[in-house]
Amino acid sequence: MELTRRNMMVLSSAALAASSIGVLPAMASLADEQIAELTGGAEMVEGELSISAPEIAENGNTVPIDISAPGAVMVAVFADGNPTPAVATFKFGPLAASHDASTRIRLAATQNVIAIAQMQDGTFQRASAEVKVTIGGCGG
Amino acid sequence: MRTKTSMRLGVGLAAASVFAMAACADPDDDQLVVNEEIEMITEAAAPDHMERVRTIYSGWRFRSDETQAVQMDDFDNPAMIWVDAAAEVWETADGTEGNSCASCHESVDSMEGVRAVYPKWNEAAGEVRTLEMQVNDCRENQMGAEPWKYDGGDMTNMVALISSVSRGLPVNVAIDGPAQSTWEQGKDLYYTRFGQLELSCANCHEDSYGLHIRSDHLSQGQINGFPTYRLKNTKLNSVHSRFKGCIRDTRAHTFAPGSPEFVALELYVASRGNGLSVEGPSVRN
Amino acid sequence: MATGVKPRVKVPKTASAGEAVTIKTLISHKMESGQRKDDDGNIIPRSIINRFTADFNGQNVIDVTLEPAISTNPFFEFEAIVAETGTFTFTWYDDDGSVYEETKEIEVS
Repeated sequence: MELTRRNMMVLSSAALAASSIGVLPAMASLADEQIAELTGGAEMVEGELSISAPEIAENGNTVPIDISAPGAVMVAVFADGNPTPAVATFKFGPLAASHDASTRIRLAATQNVIAIAQMQDGTFQRASAEVKVTIGGCGG
Repeated sequence: MRTKTSMRLGVGLAAASVFAMAACADPDDDQLVVNEEIEMITEAAAPDHMERVRTIYSGWRFRSDETQAVQMDDFDNPAMIWVDAAAEVWETADGTEGNSCASCHESVDSMEGVRAVYPKWNEAAGEVRTLEMQVNDCRENQMGAEPWKYDGGDMTNMVALISSVSRGLPVNVAIDGPAQSTWEQGKDLYYTRFGQLELSCANCHEDSYGLHIRSDHLSQGQINGFPTYRLKNTKLNSVHSRFKGCIRDTRAHTFAPGSPEFVALELYVASRGNGLSVEGPSVRN
Repeated sequence: MATGVKPRVKVPKTASAGEAVTIKTLISHKMESGQRKDDDGNIIPRSIINRFTADFNGQNVIDVTLEPAISTNPFFEFEAIVAETGTFTFTWYDDDGSVYEETKEIEVS
């Protein structure tokens, strides 16, 4: 297909339609690369690790997230649609009462927030949450 | 009875926006209690002078649960960083007279109730004054200090501090007597269409609140929560900065913060919130 | 040099031994991401808090590496277990080399 302006518009509205029903186009290779680097390509399973974030963020500048990672020694958080995907890495010390933490993050666009936890036995768990980031109007 | 005029902003997005509107068209039913202590009135019968609105709502009721939560605890609310900063300034002498705010007013708790009745007629000056004008009057005449920039950080922080001790009290600005002509002027401005988009305050905040402007949930444009910490610019925003932003968004030349036009508009808009709690410093998107 | 940096922490004043206590921390900081441009189109250099730690009586509770995706005025909430009366030490490390520290006492019965 020739990439005329009209075709571009058709493409972008298709992408918009896709995102509005919760299906994201494939992307995020940079985040995938960084995750592979972290895990050494090890298999990741679903476990008790969870990440929660709002389904729709009113402003991408300040998006609250909570991670819960029982049994993890380390949790790394990535945002697969940000120009630099790494968000934060949490290491829990001996006096952590739980392996839960909350913070506020920046998301450049609608995307997945991914948590990768390294467990005490060296295995990895993965959890993710999709956050729709609204473009905003004038805020009032 | 209010009338809703739907605004067709971008027909291509109609499907997406209809979906969003169906999800949350009106203010939600959440209750605002700050620090598990201060119970806020976020919904009240509209003041008699409002002809086209039956119920008034705080902007808090139009925000998402996540944004709402940030205002419910003073530690979570980043605005309190600047309230703390202003509390130090309150105690610090400035100017030729060697006075601080505390020299005359003692504890900032003595300001309880003040935010709720401003803007207010000042008999000696023969004008309606905002809190900012009164603060600068103190600085110049009681302290011998330089006035602060009307919507600068020092001023907005101080207004946030003064506002914080009135939280929970109902807004109750006087619109009659000597304040009436200023109030009328403000009302005229509220209904005047500005800019290339030819929008008045009323077009968005009276005719269309509850609808979405792009993906933003339009509130009634109440100012009981100012100064407000916005997630968008991560700082405290003054009422007049917000007015300026709104008029700019209509693609008009805007009035200056502190101008007689904005003072009048502030009195009028504040009076549309008579009965809602003072929330400042609030948190908005 | 980042200006106006001010840490705030919320720790209960008392707890019973072995109890999990919730801690909240916030530090005023721009967290300049390195992605933004100024009015002349030049990239504004990155300037962030890059690490945050919380310790109690010399033992670690949490150690966080922050990237530019952490919001302005970084906020953290987490839980610590306290066995005895002591002192929490919170430390933030700035890209510019500054280190900000705040301590809080807790009485454990």
